[in-house]
Amino acid sequence: MHEMALTEGVLRLLEDQAAAQHFERVRKVWLEIGELSTVDPEALRFCFEAIRAGTLAEDAALEIIRTPGRAYCMDCSKAVRVVQRYDSCPDCGGDRLQVTGGDEMRVKELEVE
Amino acid sequence: MMCTVCGCGEGTSTDSHTHGHDHDHDHDHDHDHDHGRDLHYGTGAAGVHVPGMSQARLVKIEQDILGYNDAYAAENRKLFADKGILVLNLVSSPGSGKTTLLCRTVADLKARLSVAVIEGDQQTTFDADRIRATGVPALQVNTGKGCHLDAHMVGHAARKLDLADDSVLFVENVGNLVCPAGFDLGEAAKVVILSVTEGEDKPLKYPDMFAAAEVMILNKIDLLPHLSFDVEKCVRYARKINPAIRLIELSATSGHGLDAWYGWIEKKRQPILAERAVALEAKLAAVRRNLGAEA
Repeated sequence: MHEMALTEGVLRLLEDQAAAQHFERVRKVWLEIGELSTVDPEALRFCFEAIRAGTLAEDAALEIIRTPGRAYCMDCSKAVRVVQRYDSCPDCGGDRLQVTGGDEMRVKELEVE
Repeated sequence: MMCTVCGCGEGTSTDSHTHGHDHDHDHDHDHDHDHGRDLHYGTGAAGVHVPGMSQARLVKIEQDILGYNDAYAAENRKLFADKGILVLNLVSSPGSGKTTLLCRTVADLKARLSVAVIEGDQQTTFDADRIRATGVPALQVNTGKGCHLDAHMVGHAARKLDLADDSVLFVENVGNLVCPAGFDLGEAAKVVILSVTEGEDKPLKYPDMFAAAEVMILNKIDLLPHLSFDVEKCVRYARKINPAIRLIELSATSGHGLDAWYGWIEKKRQPILAERAVALEAKLAAVRRNLGAEA
């Protein structure tokens, strides 16, 4: 369950940011989780709710923004939209796709006080 | 009554905080939120809050969740580059034959180059013991409940091992085809091992790992005559996920195909050694310049 390790990473990031940007509580966290990233958003949400007690994010809401999977098709030389890593090119059906986006896992923004 | 799911503390039950409510909703209601927090954190940070005057502000962050791991990985990578060490991160399901392949590999390579091993498992030192039995230094990292090695663990282990210059360090990750995919350890490459006693569709089932790996080792090929494993199909699936993935077919027990594996390791070392040679020459030139200055 690597989502737990990732969630701990999120909390650590919040704590460091709290010290650097002078806030005490986090009310809302926006995460950007790409469709092709290595994390399941629901598991991330579960972990966040499990470990936030007693932290500055104790009652923070979690917003997960899914960013679309993107790839470059080496067969038809086009940038295309993919949903899974094993997708074929939606245009030409080719299998030689290189992922170009949608694999990010990022803390985008916070609402703090 | 305090909600046991999200921990929002309500001293008295109100309409919006009855049992069976949707636990997500209260986070969206700022008015309830303030009220609930005052009760819950009466002596804590909420004491500074002025009711009705929200101090909330938005802060742009834009940082990778794996940023901390990646920072440790960058440190590791620098340490390895300075010492000219090739580091390979071996990943697979449990039972693919990683440890057997590693034992055979270090036994074969130790005569011509310095090798060391970091073993990752949840518990036991069985694997490190097996490696040490070959006469090669090995260190076991037990992750406890953890499902993967991270760069911080590997950094500590690498420093503890006191690695030789220009050596090869194998990191055997926790047997898990999912979690280790996203964690950069500072390695030169991830090597994914799939044995032919597993399903040939694993590259499609666990795409993240095959996308992250530079090489796919197909292990236990001596068993192919007894199995219905379709090598061609497996490779096609792997290339669908990662068109650039390199295939090495071998059997760690029969020894068939090991030369290709060792050849790849040697090839992978070359740019690292070349870079180190340049750095050492620059150092040597600086020393010589000083020598000339005094003469």
